[in-house]
This record gives sequence, C-alpha cells and structure tokens, in this order.
Amino acid sequence: MRTVIRGGRVIDPANGVDATADVFIAEGRIQAVGETPPDFQPDETIDAAGKVVCPGLVDMHVHLREPGQEWKEDIASGSRAAAAGGVTSVACMANTRPVNDRRSVTEQIRSTAERVGLARVHPIGAITQGLAGETLTEMNELFTAGCVAFSDDGMPVPDAGVMRRALEYAATFGYLLILHEEEPALSAAGAMNEGAHATRMGLGGIPNASEDVMIARDVILAELTGGRIHIAHVATAGGVDLIRAAQARGLPVTGEAAPHHLFLTDTDVGAFDSHAKMAPPLRAPADREAVRAAVADGTLTAIATDHAPHEADAKNEVFACCANGVTGLESLLGLTLKLVDDGVMDLATALHRVTRGPAEILGLDAGRLGVGDVADICILDPEARWQVDPAAMHSRSHNTPFAGWTLRGRVERTLLGGRSVFPFPQEAAVG
Amino acid sequence: MSPTETDTAELPRHLLGLEGVSAATINRILDEASAFRELVDGADKKTAALKGRTVINLFFEASTRTRTSFELAGKRLSADVINISASASSLQKGETWLDTVRTLEAMTPDALVIRHPDSGAPHLAARALSSHCAVINAGDGTHEHPTQALLDVLTIQHHKGPIEGLKVAIVGDVAHSRVARSQIHALHTLGAAEIRLIGPKTLIPAEAESALGVQVFADADAGLEGVDVIIMLRMQLERIRGAAVPSQREYFRLYGLDPVRVGRAADDVLVMHPGPMNRGVEIASEVADGPYSVILPQVTNGLAIRMAVLNLLAQERQQEPAQ
Repeated sequence: MRTVIRGGRVIDPANGVDATADVFIAEGRIQAVGETPPDFQPDETIDAAGKVVCPGLVDMHVHLREPGQEWKEDIASGSRAAAAGGVTSVACMANTRPVNDRRSVTEQIRSTAERVGLARVHPIGAITQGLAGETLTEMNELFTAGCVAFSDDGMPVPDAGVMRRALEYAATFGYLLILHEEEPALSAAGAMNEGAHATRMGLGGIPNASEDVMIARDVILAELTGGRIHIAHVATAGGVDLIRAAQARGLPVTGEAAPHHLFLTDTDVGAFDSHAKMAPPLRAPADREAVRAAVADGTLTAIATDHAPHEADAKNEVFACCANGVTGLESLLGLTLKLVDDGVMDLATALHRVTRGPAEILGLDAGRLGVGDVADICILDPEARWQVDPAAMHSRSHNTPFAGWTLRGRVERTLLGGRSVFPFPQEAAVG
Repeated sequence: MSPTETDTAELPRHLLGLEGVSAATINRILDEASAFRELVDGADKKTAALKGRTVINLFFEASTRTRTSFELAGKRLSADVINISASASSLQKGETWLDTVRTLEAMTPDALVIRHPDSGAPHLAARALSSHCAVINAGDGTHEHPTQALLDVLTIQHHKGPIEGLKVAIVGDVAHSRVARSQIHALHTLGAAEIRLIGPKTLIPAEAESALGVQVFADADAGLEGVDVIIMLRMQLERIRGAAVPSQREYFRLYGLDPVRVGRAADDVLVMHPGPMNRGVEIASEVADGPYSVILPQVTNGLAIRMAVLNLLAQERQQEPAQ
C-alpha cells in the first residue's frame, strides 16, 4: 500500500519542518517528504491542500477502563475516541480491574487493542501490586510483556521507603516511573482547590502543598536512587518550580500538563459542578499561568489528557463524593491549538507537546515524520471551528468540562501506520 | 418596608442559600416572619395558609431543633408534614439518596426540606426535580444553613433595629460552619458595618478575608472590642481529634465567652448561639443564661422564619404558570 498526501502544510516539530510538501508513505512508513521518490506509484492520493499534516498525536495519560469498568469506556470505544481526536498512540493507566500488575492483564490490553486496530495502545504497569503501595510488581516481566512505564497514578505510593525501593528497582533496568503527586494526608479532607472559592462553597480544600511536598519528596528520592521520574498532570506553580530546579541540577525529571489545568481554574467549580472535579484539582489563575509557561518553555514537554471517562451516575453525586476526572481524547487537539490562539506558544511548540514530546518521554517510535518513521499521521483543517458536544463524542462517557466550547482545528483524517483509521474504516467504506 | 420594595422582592423557586439573595428578598421573608411571630406568641397559633399542601422534611443527618422547627412551622400553617430521617429510609436498601428524593417528589409534595451532611446536596436535588416542588436547604455540609441565618438576623433586628452599621463578631469553628457562611452573606447584604471572625487559624477557612469580606482576629479580646453582636459557634469535640485544637481547656481559655470577655463588647451587646451549645467549651453558663443572651428567643424566631419561608415558597409556586 502506497499513499501520498499532497499539498498539505507539513508540521513536524521533531525535525524542525514547517513547509508545504507532499508526504510519501509505503508499507506503513514515511518514504519521503517533499521530492517524489523514484518509481513511486501511489495506490491512494489524499488531497491535503489547505490542511495541516502533522504526526499523529501521542497521549501519554489515558484511562481506557478495560478490563473491569467497560461501562465507562473500553479499548474499542477509547480507540475510536483517540482516532477521532487525531491521537494515534495512547498510554493507558494501570488502575483497571484487575489492576495491570501482571503479565496477563498487559497482554489482554495489547491483544484487544491490536484487534480493534484504531490506535497504538501502550499499557503502563502498576508500581505496586494492587496499587496498594506495599509490594513491587514484577516490573521486568511487565516491561517484557509490553508495558512502557510504571505508575500507581491516582493512588500515589504513600510510603517513602517503598518509593525509594521502587525507584531503585526501576533504575536497575532504566524504567520510567510516572507519578501522580498527592500527599494523601493533605488531600484527605478536600474536594477542590483550597482557596476563596472552596471557602464560599463550604467544600474541603486541597492545598497546593499536597502536590508540592510529594514532588519534592520524589525529586529527592530520584536523586538518591538515580531513578527516572515523570510527574503527571502538574497543576501548581510550586510543582513547576520544583521540576525546573531538578532539571537544572541535571536530574532525569520530566513532566506533563493536562488541558483542563491549562484552561480552567477553581472558580469553574461554580455551584458544585461535578465536571470540574478532578485530582489534582483545578487551581488558582497563578498556577494555571505557571503551568502554561512551563509547557511553553519546555519544563513540561507533554500535554496529556488524563482522559478519565465516567458514566453520568458517577458524576451525579454530591461534589465531595462524585468521581474524579474528565474525558479528553477528542478535545486534545482543539485545546492545544487554542494555546496557540491564546498566545501561549507557537504552533510548532504546541504540536511538539502532543507528538514528539510525550513520545520521547516514553521512548516510543512515534510523534515524528522523518524518513523511515511509522506513518502515524493526523490531517486537520486548521481553520474549521467546531463546538464540543458531549453527545457527539465517540468515548463511551460524556464527562467533559468543555461542553459548548468552540474550538479551532478539526481532524479530517487519521492514519495509523499509513492506514486510514478516521473516518472509521467501515464508515469510509459506506461513504 | 414600603409596598414598592416588596413588589421588587423576587422569590427564588428554591431556598438553597443566601449567597446572592437580594436585600429585598431577605426583607420580604423577615417581614413575613415578623407577622408570624405575632401569631406564634398568641393563643391560637395556627393558620390555614398551607391547607392542602404537603411539606416533606428529608433529613440525612441527625437534627432535633431544625427538624422540629420545620415540622412545627408546617403544622402551624396547616400543611401536611412528613418527616423522614435517613436511618428510617430506603437508603439502607441500596437506593441512592437522589432516588429517594425523586421518589418523594412523585408523591407531589409542595416543599422538600433537605438536610444533608455534604455541601451542595440540596442543589443537586433541586436540579433533579422536574416538578414545581420547592427545595429548602435545612443545612448542607459546611456550605449554608439559610433559615438559621435568617432567624439570627430577625433576632438581631428585634433587639437592635436595622442591621445597617452594626459590628458583628462570629467566634469559633467558622471553617466547618454552614451557619456562619449564611450569616455572613445575610449580614453583608443587609449592610452590616463590620464582620469579624475570631478563632485560631485551624478553624478559619482559607482566604476568608477575600472570600467572605470579613476581618479575621486570632486574639479574641481584640476581636470583641466594641462589637454589637457576638455569635458563638459550636465547638465540635471531634475537632480535637482532628488536631484543629489541642484541648477543650486551651480552647476555652483562648476563645471561650465568659463575662470578662463580654465586657470588651458594646454595653448593649447581644450574645447569640445557633445551638446546640457546649457549656464550658465555647460559652460559660453565666453568659449563656445571662442578660445579654438571646439564645432562646432565637429558637422562637426560627419557627417564625420557617413558617415564612414555607408560606412564601408555596405561594410562589402557585403563581408560576402550569407546564
């Protein structure tokens, strides 16, 4: 199968490319960008005039809910959401049921994802068995089975001694630990950011310190052990400062920001809006500005959605008791482009943070359009505006705080290894 | 109040809190309550105002005074009153509390009075309702307790006249107090000159000064200087376990209201407490039972306020166009 994408504006931040060019794909890989290779006879020609051609997006923080909570999302629905959002690679968190703390779960996720065939799904293994924070998982076996990193995500390892050993053990093999940073004792009584809005609403507050003390602890433990850590969904100005300082000392510390923390603040909780509840919580405007600046200057090299689908009932509870999290796969591209419109960063930088940035952190062969790279490609209409409509999304769940927002940049086509996965293959056949 | 002002006093469909409720609306409720207060003090305590209507008190948290007050208020208005406490409801059978609300709504009550241990529960219930049934917040978590604040304001007015220009001190566990939040909103709306919160930092919520428009005092003697009204809050004993205060002994020494501290305030100071009191923990018996105390009149006014709220919300419901 040979495909040529003609006349698009090719933006490949990893290779510093931003030019109108043709992209030639053969056997699932990029054969050339620009000049037509000798003897290239395309089976399919895609007209991309007026469109942007960029690497397929990489979302390194996703909850696919399978196995165990398929009423919220499953690998098929999550893959459809990814493909529709221009996302070709996702890394899925370990808090499935059963937890992805054993080879059988990793293999099940991978084989199901391959059968679905709409996105590359990279499992993240648990750090501790059952996410209980006590006994390490068989990291080497999990890695061999296909896990790309390890995380207890929403159940941060509370015991510093266990964390030290986890980091040391992972460092033995050079594995990456992804850390959701929250000190349980400081977050326990809270439901939202500690501050004026929580005070008015009578909701328990979660201080920034809850996140910051854990980042500080784990940076220090990374230094002690030589472990490689990636801080998930950084939401505080203090957290940004700690990561920046660690990087300045040469420590292998990376970080990501979630779109909701880049656009919303704690007052968006309004009168108990459960779609504005997540962990870590929406913070103050100064935190949002600091996180934005960190993504712009490269302290944080990834934007990751923390796509956390929940059925309506899980959100239809009192604020303190309702489920944490929002969906994100289908609004990632539009919100990333909004960062450009808001003047936070240029287009190449913004696209880097959702392509090569996260791919590099996870060590994936993805997120770039060099010759020989896999042809995971997103073709988007940069001028098309669309409104976020939860009911029109492909995710099984509709819990987005961005409902009604008008975003710029519509995914026209998603290619996975040169094969069109959006519009969905069966729909394309009908059309 | 002039008739014109009354006309502009729009009544909300539900009474979920006092934040954002206009002075005209609050005054309309207070005026109505004053009229009911006369009724309550008379020999024949009953009116037919809500005859044929139904009020359901749905309490997901233990309560004696508020529940009794709402129950009696409904009965004095001749409404049919049903009391449901969570322990006796179908919650134990696995039904969600929101389904309990919807089930009760299907029995066509005119008002649902809800108390719930979580902030925002009445808001969620109000959003879940499809009929014209009014939701009245009888205390939600640490958010608001609007009828308590209204009865406090009514009590202050009866003893001091207009709220405008008064200095009010609220002492104690503001962080966990739904009463304090509602009081602060009502007092601000009615033009209080100054609202002071007095307590250790562990009991004052984050950014209280900017969030609530108050002044915070850690020193009780300084904070009480010259105030017209002192509102004492209940000090829950479990806060000691939660490391918010070290001991009852130290708390009383620093923040307890004894006759000497009352002497710091204005000569005609009013001492209030929403109850239930912990004698010797936040307030000395000499003060609670002393000449400045209006703690028992507060309870009587509570009945009048709840009659007013039930009566107004039920009447308003009638005026809405049928759907």
